[in-house]
Amino acid sequence: MSMEEKQNSQTSLDFNQNIFKPTSREEIVEIVKNCYKKNIPLEINGLKSKNKIGRNFQSEKTLDLSEYKGIIDYKPEELYIKVKSGTSLKEIIEELDKNNQQLAFEPNDFGYLFSGESNSGSIGGVVSCNFAGSRRFKVGSVRDHILGFQGINGKGETIKSGGTVVKNVTGYDLSKLVSGSFGTLTILTELSIKVLPKPETSKTLIIKNPHLKKALDFLGKALSSSTDPSGGVFYPDYFGKNFVLNDLTHDGGLTAIRIEGPINSVDQRLNRLSKELNLLDQELSILDNEQSFIFWSRTKNLEVFKSLKSNLLRIVLPASETLQVIQKLKNFEIKYFIDWGGSLIWASLDQLNTKILSEIRDIVKKHQGYITLIKVEEDLKASADIFTIDPIKYKISEKIKRSFDPKRIFNPGKMYTGI
Amino acid sequence: MSSLQMPKVDNAIMSKKDKIALDLRNIINTKNVLSNPDELRPFETDGLTAYRQMPLLVVMPETVKEVSQILKYCNENKVKVVPRGAGTGLSGGSMPLEDCVLMAMGKFNKIIEIDYENRCVVTQPCVTNLAITHAVQDKGFYYAPDPSSQIACSIGGNVAENSGGVHSLKYGATTNNLLGIEVVLMDGTVTKFGGKAMDAEGYDFLGLMTGSEGLLGVITEVTVKILKSPEVVKAALVGFPSIEDAGNCVAEIIAEGCIPAGMEIMDKALTKATNDYSKAGYPTDAEAMMIVEFDGTEHEVEAYIQKTKEIAEKNNSSSLKISKSNEERLKFWAGRKAAFPACGVLAPDYMCMDGSIPRGKLAEVLNEISRLSKKYNLPVANAFHAGDGNLHPLIMFDANDKESLRKCEEFGADILKYCVKVGGALTGEHGVGIEKRELMCEAFNDRDIQQQLTIKVALDPNSLLNPGKVYPILRKCAEEGRVHVHGGKTKFPDIPRF
Repeated sequence: MSMEEKQNSQTSLDFNQNIFKPTSREEIVEIVKNCYKKNIPLEINGLKSKNKIGRNFQSEKTLDLSEYKGIIDYKPEELYIKVKSGTSLKEIIEELDKNNQQLAFEPNDFGYLFSGESNSGSIGGVVSCNFAGSRRFKVGSVRDHILGFQGINGKGETIKSGGTVVKNVTGYDLSKLVSGSFGTLTILTELSIKVLPKPETSKTLIIKNPHLKKALDFLGKALSSSTDPSGGVFYPDYFGKNFVLNDLTHDGGLTAIRIEGPINSVDQRLNRLSKELNLLDQELSILDNEQSFIFWSRTKNLEVFKSLKSNLLRIVLPASETLQVIQKLKNFEIKYFIDWGGSLIWASLDQLNTKILSEIRDIVKKHQGYITLIKVEEDLKASADIFTIDPIKYKISEKIKRSFDPKRIFNPGKMYTGI
Repeated sequence: MSSLQMPKVDNAIMSKKDKIALDLRNIINTKNVLSNPDELRPFETDGLTAYRQMPLLVVMPETVKEVSQILKYCNENKVKVVPRGAGTGLSGGSMPLEDCVLMAMGKFNKIIEIDYENRCVVTQPCVTNLAITHAVQDKGFYYAPDPSSQIACSIGGNVAENSGGVHSLKYGATTNNLLGIEVVLMDGTVTKFGGKAMDAEGYDFLGLMTGSEGLLGVITEVTVKILKSPEVVKAALVGFPSIEDAGNCVAEIIAEGCIPAGMEIMDKALTKATNDYSKAGYPTDAEAMMIVEFDGTEHEVEAYIQKTKEIAEKNNSSSLKISKSNEERLKFWAGRKAAFPACGVLAPDYMCMDGSIPRGKLAEVLNEISRLSKKYNLPVANAFHAGDGNLHPLIMFDANDKESLRKCEEFGADILKYCVKVGGALTGEHGVGIEKRELMCEAFNDRDIQQQLTIKVALDPNSLLNPGKVYPILRKCAEEGRVHVHGGKTKFPDIPRF
């Protein structure tokens, strides 16, 4: 009997229960081995902040990882933190705060959207969904910050990839593959994540401006300048009132550009940016550190869509295509805002059905982008594709799924039918 | 070194050489199929020149369709294929097999599109890394990852190896600067992963392919992001009385929230060797020397340089020089970039290792290397991408002396094992290739490796694409590898390394 088997035999799991709440890796291994043996599909959950994203699927049992939590190792000077997958993002951020460090990818908090209050979820969920916030164009996505992981594959075997050092090209980079796989490849157990120092200061230049075309022009120029912005958004008129801040002297449509770094440098770059964007005739506000933080938190939290009753689409495009796509989407009465300096559209629609969805998908595809359905009414969810995929990639995805989870017991069908 | 075990040669394929050449000449232009030994010779090795093997044939496709048809043909006829870009790799990733068709991608050498609006470049894979920067620098842009062989290495090879460079601490390696690729799988399937839109939905095949060392597909197009060049770049040259002081200084700079564009350390042996070689003005009396570079706006760079100065002084720095001009900054780097030839002067041969370690373990690892140096009675000089923990010890030996070579190999393997032991990795940026293949079990257990192999099988069921690379094929993990340079001569002696 191997050491692992010995450890397994020490757990006393009741397999008649429908929800497993493991606290150790050994328990997870035992659960998965049992499910593998008996072909039992498992729904995998963390803190359920994003579990409504994805297709509905049949599962016999639920694996709730909310009690599989804790910080294993945090080395501020080595710029990494190693945690168990069920650890809340909140706990991780609080720990990093103590050393003035952060997760630079500022992941979205979907709690406001789905439940009206903050729930930033577990780190396992954040990695599994790979939704990065406003710094995306500067620092990369969630997956770019995952140094390594340990997980359990569909046969109950513990596997690992990567490590805790930033430079590592030993073997396939499976950390990338599991990021954004919505729990369909492995059950993540441990994650080593790159952390970075918080910038000394953060300021935000806000330009009063209701016009998308002008906004995209500002954002494009800012991102192509040497002022090194770390955020660029546009909110149309109807969302302007959501940002009541002391330093914000106007309401209505706004373009916001964030500059971070040492204080002198931030001021120098803000001046330069104003000149390069030729803003002399514009009504401007500058948010200082604290208010800048509030502004970008609200953006990250999708607070303009708090407790949204209708549908929400996440549309990613090359920035050059955004104007045309928005113009075409106006026929569908969308309410939207733009993030990622012009490359990401968050759009809500009151009316959405398979026909409209298919028309919107065609438009976005034509402009080299893709749509993810973040929130849709239950009727539509049962029939619509939440993610898009072409036949070739479907075939490859099927093979990759089988290589990790041969009996399709992890979140089967959450991303695509048959995967 | 020459007795490296490779996958079993398929004699049936060997005997059908003429037929295969004829079939391939029906697929692509006749002159793009090479079969004479004289024509094959230039392809017998890559940047890891210690290993040489003539391929069965060389094909030089010109279109994606040709790549697809060749792979489909080889898949159906069970012919092994080894893809090759510029052939500058340091781990033997594109070393041929006796019974393989070597697919040389050299004709894919054009930049397809420069898209300033979306800040990206779409290019064919055999365009060199530096050519991308050259194509966009007149508009003030550049491509960030900068392996030191960037003048010659291809962008497709960079993707295959996930190449880094001195600036990867701040700007990331290839994988963090890549938006999309077009790939041909072994069965001939052509597909695109990613594109100008960020973070394509579904499984991250772009991330999987990057650094997969040519085992999963042949790259036929690459889309990379480009950045606006920083306004100001300055470097500081700092001497320390001990490796510990230098290591502590690095850790403190990082902990203070400064992320330098590059941060390099050399030990006394290498500082002296490179200074003698390139007259870079290094503090040769220092036990360790650090070059730290910051980029950004003027105020930003000044603020960071000031902070670095304070931290260096606190950590007992014995000398400190700040570059006053771009010429002086480049002079600081000149010695560092000449580390290979400088070592070539000191010994008949040297091997360059490529381990990754936690930054804080620098002193411990260097002490261990020093202990091993005495144990094996071979001199060693150390260069270190200190910012991201990537260590490049250069072991000096004499390849004509078999005992010296054996000792050098053991020494190298001991270093890499120690890197793994302290929480590091076998390779930071050179790749596993054939070089560190048998050391993989130091980093991974059987199940980890098996999981990776099932992915390989999923995409290449007959294991025909670049077999014998990355994953161990010996029963027992042998201790082989490292970059072997004879008489100071690499395949491309003029290309700066690491």
